Amino acid sequence: MTQEVATPELADSEPADNELQAQRAALKSEYKELAWQGLWKNNPGLVQLLGLCPLLAVTATVTNALGLGLATLLVLIGSNATVSLIRHWVPKEIRIPIFVLIIAAFVTCVQLLMNAFTYGLYQALGIFLPLIVTNCAIIGRAEAYASKNPLAQASFDGLMMGIGFMLILVVLGAIREVLGQGTLFDGIELLLGDWASGLRIQVLNLDNQFLLAILPPGAFIAMGFLIAIKNAIDSKIAERQPKPEEKAIERVRVNFDAS
Amino acid sequence: MAFWIASSPHNHTQNQTSKLMRLVIYATIPGIFAQWYFFGWGNLIHIGLAVATALVAEFFVLSLREQPISKQLFDGSAILTAVLLGICLPALAPWWITVLGSLFAIAIVKQLYGGLGHNPFNPAMAAYVMLLVSFPVQMTSWQPPLSLMSVELDFLNTLTTILTGFTSEGYSVEQLRTHIDGYTMATPLDSLKNDIGQGLTVAESITKPVFGQHFSLGWEWVNAGFLLGGLFLLARKAIPLATPLSFLASILVCSFIAYSINPDGNASTMFHWLSGATMLGAFFILTDPVSGATSTKGRIVFGALAGFLVFIIRKFGGYPDAVAFAVLLCNMAAPLIDQYTRPRTYGHSVKQP
Repeated sequence: MTQEVATPELADSEPADNELQAQRAALKSEYKELAWQGLWKNNPGLVQLLGLCPLLAVTATVTNALGLGLATLLVLIGSNATVSLIRHWVPKEIRIPIFVLIIAAFVTCVQLLMNAFTYGLYQALGIFLPLIVTNCAIIGRAEAYASKNPLAQASFDGLMMGIGFMLILVVLGAIREVLGQGTLFDGIELLLGDWASGLRIQVLNLDNQFLLAILPPGAFIAMGFLIAIKNAIDSKIAERQPKPEEKAIERVRVNFDAS
Repeated sequence: MAFWIASSPHNHTQNQTSKLMRLVIYATIPGIFAQWYFFGWGNLIHIGLAVATALVAEFFVLSLREQPISKQLFDGSAILTAVLLGICLPALAPWWITVLGSLFAIAIVKQLYGGLGHNPFNPAMAAYVMLLVSFPVQMTSWQPPLSLMSVELDFLNTLTTILTGFTSEGYSVEQLRTHIDGYTMATPLDSLKNDIGQGLTVAESITKPVFGQHFSLGWEWVNAGFLLGGLFLLARKAIPLATPLSFLASILVCSFIAYSINPDGNASTMFHWLSGATMLGAFFILTDPVSGATSTKGRIVFGALAGFLVFIIRKFGGYPDAVAFAVLLCNMAAPLIDQYTRPRTYGHSVKQP
């Protein structure tokens, strides 16, 4: 008797297991794809060119860039998670104002936290901290991904996009700080506390500040070079891969190479 | 017997880019000579440095872009850009200013936008503005005319000052700029601006030695030299007449109005014409065929706008001279000017539907 009952159970559980495994594999590949998209292929700073205003305005030093990057990261995760949680109850017609309110709530939290714990950095970032509300990268992710996907994926997407954005901010900040003042991590103690003041590195001993690198035009020029480097790497990779012999006519994409 | 029928144009010009560029470079000689006579060897050294750097930068970028190197390298445009930049720089500026400016002009302003013919901005002026914004101290340490300096400045001293910041006797740039009476000498434009800011009238201000007997000691002859070169270019039909004429006329109108309303607070037209970079800008910078306006009407608007901007920035702006800024702003406006001053196509009516 027992065996008779057990056999169909086993027979049943095998396809269910397979299904579960297939689901897990799909989930894993989706997470992988999310990470790849956020960090490189669809990077908010380099490819989507979203959130250029803070990207260019506050990246004069690594500290400022890191501070703003962390703040954006936190807001992005929080807003993506919240938007994903309430996605079934948000009327389509008024979703944008609701997203903005959610983002604004998180920005307020982050701003108050930074005001409390990293006051110097809070002052250095100034208006660009509240301006995270208008960062298109955040509302773009809420609209494009979080409002259509479950909580875990949406949060992960927020994390990856946030890290991608933060990396670009930090790289740009490093370039501009080295060229402009010849230092790295100047004023990092404002963000990490007094123990971090030893992190400051004098890379170059400049007699004069190179003001162009510190001023916004320098950010534009450095950003242009970063995008050029990214595109060069992409085309190198594409060159190295064997070309699949397809003869289908494809639509020409003019703005970005997301597929 | 067969008629060989060629389509128009029947009159071919044999002009080449390199020929035109060479002509413009030759035309700068009187101005450079005046600079050498009144200010010494500084600008010549800077021109040499700038040309060398520009050629190296051009070679490097052209080989990166896989362009035909020998043809584009020696078409003279990079050399001309470097010469113009070298003329504009303060004579005693350190050597890395020239190198940096020349690199920026060639690699970023010219080649990154696609090389000769595609640059939206005048490379020499964009580099000058970049230097002025980035290194205000070095870029405003102008050398006074040799006749006012208390230290003898020969070729060797100039060279060591540019390379090390000190003459062979150990005078710094700041000491070189100091008058024998102990105050720092600025350019005429700069001194006039400061004096008016401090409540002096123009008539009181121009009694200072930097103004000389006429309008501005040394500078007036440098400007006259560039005017001469410009007239030579006009005679050879290398540059259009419309741009410099409307530029100078626009400065004339602006300064004349200002001078007749308030002669104590505004310099005369001749002062505006013969100090700073006015003539260089009028004949050598604004007439750049790439970054300027295209039609004759457009060139008139372009020059007039530049003259107006020069006057406004000289009078109200934070920097003493304004030609570089005015040129860049006009370069930005050039496509719009072209859009609205499109000449009537032959055979079409004036009114567009």
